[in-house]
Amino acid sequence: MDNNLSLTLKIWRQNDAKAKGRFETYSLDKVSPDSSFLEMMDILNEQLVNEDKEPLAFDHDCREGICGMCSLYINGRPHGPDDDITTCQLHMRRFKDGETITIEPWRSAGFPVIKDLIVNRSGFDQIIAAGGYTSVSTGGVPDANAIPIPKPDADEAMDAASCIGCGACVAACKNGSAMLFVSAKVSHLALLPQGKVEAVRRAKSMVSKMDELGFGNCTNTGACEVECPKGISIANIARLNREYLCAKIQD
Amino acid sequence: MKLDSRIPQGPLAKKWENYKNNQKLVNPSNKRNLDIIVVGTGLAGASAAASFGEMGFKVKSFTIQDSPRRAHSIAAQGGINAAKNYPNDGDSVHRLFYDTVKGGDYRAREANVYRLAQVSNDIIDQCVAQGVPFAREYGGLLDNRSFGGAQVSRTFYAKGQTGQQLLIGAYQSLMRQVNAGTVDLHTRTEIVEIVIVNGKARGVIARNLVTGEFTRHFAHAVVLATGGYGNTFFLSTNAMGSNGSALIKAFEKGAAFANPCFAQIHPTCIPVHGEFQSKLTLMSESLRNDGRIWVPKKKEDAEAIRANTLKPTDIKEEDRDYYLERRYPAFGNLVPRDVASRAAKERCDAGFGVGATGLAVYLDFKSSIERLGEETIRSRYGNLFQMYDKIVDDNPYETPMMIYPAIHYTMGGIWVDYELQTTVPGLFAAGEANFSDHGANRLGASALMQGLADGYFVLPYTIQNYLADDIRTPRMTGEEKEFVDAENAAKAKFEKILAVKGNRTVDNLHKELGLVMWDFVGMARNKEGLQHAIERIGEIKKEFWTNVKIPGTTSGMNVELEKASRLSDFITIGDLMARDALQREESCGGHFREEFQTEEGEALRQDEAFAYAACWMYQGENNAPVMEKEDLTFDVVKIAQRNYK
Ligand SMILES: Cc1cc2nc3c(=O)[nH]c(=O)nc-3n(C[C@H](O)[C@H](O)[C@H](O)COP(=O)(O)OP(=O)(O)OC[C@H]3O[C@@H](n4cnc5c(N)ncnc54)[C@H](O)[C@@H]3O)c2cc1C
Ligand code: SF4
Ligand code: FES
Repeated sequence: MDNNLSLTLKIWRQNDAKAKGRFETYSLDKVSPDSSFLEMMDILNEQLVNEDKEPLAFDHDCREGICGMCSLYINGRPHGPDDDITTCQLHMRRFKDGETITIEPWRSAGFPVIKDLIVNRSGFDQIIAAGGYTSVSTGGVPDANAIPIPKPDADEAMDAASCIGCGACVAACKNGSAMLFVSAKVSHLALLPQGKVEAVRRAKSMVSKMDELGFGNCTNTGACEVECPKGISIANIARLNREYLCAKIQD
Repeated sequence: MKLDSRIPQGPLAKKWENYKNNQKLVNPSNKRNLDIIVVGTGLAGASAAASFGEMGFKVKSFTIQDSPRRAHSIAAQGGINAAKNYPNDGDSVHRLFYDTVKGGDYRAREANVYRLAQVSNDIIDQCVAQGVPFAREYGGLLDNRSFGGAQVSRTFYAKGQTGQQLLIGAYQSLMRQVNAGTVDLHTRTEIVEIVIVNGKARGVIARNLVTGEFTRHFAHAVVLATGGYGNTFFLSTNAMGSNGSALIKAFEKGAAFANPCFAQIHPTCIPVHGEFQSKLTLMSESLRNDGRIWVPKKKEDAEAIRANTLKPTDIKEEDRDYYLERRYPAFGNLVPRDVASRAAKERCDAGFGVGATGLAVYLDFKSSIERLGEETIRSRYGNLFQMYDKIVDDNPYETPMMIYPAIHYTMGGIWVDYELQTTVPGLFAAGEANFSDHGANRLGASALMQGLADGYFVLPYTIQNYLADDIRTPRMTGEEKEFVDAENAAKAKFEKILAVKGNRTVDNLHKELGLVMWDFVGMARNKEGLQHAIERIGEIKKEFWTNVKIPGTTSGMNVELEKASRLSDFITIGDLMARDALQREESCGGHFREEFQTEEGEALRQDEAFAYAACWMYQGENNAPVMEKEDLTFDVVKIAQRNYK
């Protein structure tokens, strides 16, 4: 039984951050529809190495949708054609025999290309460093059950906290805004009493860091929510604007 | 070498307190002048680096990923244990300690495990203060669930994403210190050598994975928190980048590698389905609460299923063999991981396996769905079923899931004493990278606990005790001979790999190693097989150094070169695992020697002869390593054979 796929792959290649990039076309045969998208990329790389060509550089690690490392723009969509999953969870059965697949890196001012399909997302770390935490040090904290937290609040905080920091929201946004990512962190912490204390300060410093790093403004297009593999809701952006950024006007 | 575990005096329950009361401290103005390198930003590394920074030390933190938040700890699903006894079901520090030693099949050090249980409660407090959104009950208090190997509910969880939430908590604390300037963070950077000056660890050589550049870094002490070495098997539930290279660098510099053969095989993973496969996905252990495991009773049915002419749903109830329920009526489908894994292998080896490869068994939810309704099952496992469906393209509500065991966790690691210091002074190891707490088998939800215990609550004390004697040691510049030599040695290794210019890709060689490991150093081992494995691994090593093919150069990003360097270390680890398994003539925990089993096929420990940690010492590139023993004594725990019948 042979239902293997033959594919034409148009892939972005770029030697380093400064180099000019270009598309290259590869053909790949006998791809099992049961293999994952990244396994297909592995097969291509194996073929390239065997042909004495340079393999493609792409980010990946856990390959189960949780580390947020994988990051491809496939046929015009961050994380490819399937909904609510990351690139590493995408399988080749979503594609047809003979299809041409276009693969690009995240494209956004905030995420410069490092090489081929790998981009620099350290802006996200800098935004977290600017205030995405509760200011507690190790030791000397109260008992975990000292403050009861209503279950709905805890659940909502959990939903916001499930952001994996992949950056698909930024890649999907025509403005290159990181608002979905920032608002998810602000909501996660502000919904809990432990994080509420610093909520306003946190929101302001994270947003100003985001602006400083060259991420764009949010104009509420909603594209981020559609492409977010973890279903982070734009309601978080509304909360951020309503509850915290309006405070900016006050001071 | 004499292995001194440096266990403090006093009764078990007082040891840690005694230690803390008598240890040396470093005053705040001196802390600023002391540097600590932390390699790895998983639970162990991030929590340690953040805590050191808060205390006022100067910290350098390294990770191979693009962000500390992507360390493999992120993937842990189930939960984290603590002895809080919130459900009031009789839990205590003593009970958590006891369960952990027993679960580890009596091959762990009592004093370390007791301390782990003691600090477990502080971890939960700390995480809640950081904003970790643990699951809660309607009253607003924290919820607990039960996990394999325990009779109490002591597992805290955050949906199916506990590791993610704990790591994000530690990561945020780390980034707070980066912002404060106490931690200097290096991402996409791999530690490729450890620098020893006058017998003490004094720094590392790092390779920037983007530019290929080598740099030298000094510190008064070095902490390795680089995770486990399960990827020696090529296919495992570990992330693609998980590796054992830093451990091998330490080993080659004189750190003992303890119990390398103790690896855990997880029974519920999605089976291998093709040659192109790159990793194995874990299906949470919790599925065994409601799923029943079976294979066909008749060989011809199994054959027909493999040939795709029969469906599992066609097989009548009386023709199904629920082998765990049959063999272990008391625990049934909930026997510990190692028992469940071996039983699956036994059925498949006997020709009753299913799936295209015959290396799979069914995990069937039919009777639970009938009993509880599809909605209940969906609310419990909906996300897992969806994940399975995405990968396998099969609906587990209708057709039973297929599962098979896979390598998941390594209990073995760098030997450490009570202070988490290795046999190299100034070199510490934390988290999965050390061998300390889980003996021959780790209980569910205990790895997260151990990583955070080491990083938040143990190292911040013990490292001070070491550094207190070092306050007069000035910083080195990196121009010292030892640093230059170490950098040259690291560079030479990369050049040597590139110079081979052979015909086989790294993955191709790694797959070969993985198969040898799985077949002979896997779930069931025997003397002949292990001897054969050592021979085969030697051949693979030779093949690697004469026939590996790497494109490109050492400068710039070169992923194949990174992988090759790690593979060369996996080969060393594979050899250590096989040797260790060969010398351990008993079955215990994750280590099953076919020669040592009861008539019913259960593991048979040999406590008289093997109640020790096997510590392997490096003897140079071309010599076999030598084993030393740390004898284990049990003053509190009563040794008994495990029984799950
Ligand atoms: C799928 C899965 C589910 C699990 N579920 C659970 C669970 O429910 N409960 C539980 O208790 N345990 C669970 N475990 C086990 C647990 O997740 C791990 O044992 C634990 O997280 C390891 O943490 P760590 O900090 O020691 O290492 P890791 O998280 O593996 O971190 C290693 C770090 O070292 C860095 N690194 C590695 N090599 C180098 C180098 N040479 N130079 C620089 N940096 C380097 C990496 O970049 C990374 O930052 C699970 C494991 C898996 C695979
Ligand atoms: S909000 Fe969604 S898309 Fe954006 S980084 Fe988080 S998980 Fe990725
Ligand atoms: S590789 Fe981790 S989310 Fe895709």
